[in-house]
Amino acid sequence: MHPALLSQLNTARLERVAVAVLTDLSTGEKRLVHANDVDDDPLAAELETRFRSGKSGIISVDTGELFIQIHAPSLRLVVIGAVHISQALFPIAQACNFDVTVIDPRTAFATKERFSNVTLEAEWPEEALKETILDAYTAVVALTHDPKIDDIPIRAALDAECFYVGALGSNKTHGKRLDRLRAAGVTDDVLERIHAPIGLDIGAAGPAEIAVAVMAQIIGVSRRGKSA
Amino acid sequence: MTEKAMTERDPLVLAESWHKAGKGVAMATVVETWGSAPRPVGSHLVIDADGNFEGSVSGGCVEGAVVFEAVEAIETGKPKMLEFGVADETAWEVGLSCGGRIRVYVEPIVGEN
Repeated sequence: MHPALLSQLNTARLERVAVAVLTDLSTGEKRLVHANDVDDDPLAAELETRFRSGKSGIISVDTGELFIQIHAPSLRLVVIGAVHISQALFPIAQACNFDVTVIDPRTAFATKERFSNVTLEAEWPEEALKETILDAYTAVVALTHDPKIDDIPIRAALDAECFYVGALGSNKTHGKRLDRLRAAGVTDDVLERIHAPIGLDIGAAGPAEIAVAVMAQIIGVSRRGKSA
Repeated sequence: MTEKAMTERDPLVLAESWHKAGKGVAMATVVETWGSAPRPVGSHLVIDADGNFEGSVSGGCVEGAVVFEAVEAIETGKPKMLEFGVADETAWEVGLSCGGRIRVYVEPIVGEN
């Protein structure tokens, strides 16, 4: 492997861009393909399938075996609200290899004592989200019940096509939320992407069980798509 | 992988910094698995010329053998394919106790920065 290619690969990973590294296993020749450049590639169909599934593997080509390795960005979870559920949720998400950021402008909630060992931003989401870039490999959960805090990041998550957007609140609370977002110009097909009431329906009681239900739903969507 | 997770323990980041520091470096990658292999396809182990390594290609079962082969690949400058499993004749020495089989591609990092 040429060091220049290794450097390009690490840069792409750092910038959270999905790339594939193709290795001809008989010659050792390698090349790197960005997910955005797949259309122009001679292996477009194969690469497209691989990028979608995230699966690396060997395929047969004229020269022999070609190893395709997909480097997709790691999944992230952005939690809006440094609330009790968030305290239970962040260690579960970390155990599932998610990089977690907790955001809450209320400094009484967003304390290091309540949230040690996790990235904590005691700022308004609109400020914090200038640093934490949302993308298709990010899940966003809004847990404050407070429209002043939740609505803007929910909107931002939908705009950024985050793979999962969930919001805490009863059907009634969510109904009002939908009204506000509709009034702000978000269309119904986009609003349907919000998971609310949040979490798998397992009869969860209390913060820890709700956190499990939320994490299970996020994993379901990441592995199986929207229907989870 | 995010900025935060890409620490100095990340094998690929480490491979780059070792090479920039002038060390001989090889990268081992799991390219194929059969049965209950401990690490999935795409897992990396990076090795320097002194046999220091980071990452994993198995649950610790074959790393020793991979490191040995990698140090040799750094010397020759040529990539090679390794295969491990219970069917392997060296199974009793360096095999996978889980009964799986894996193919590991070992390649030196060669070229100017």
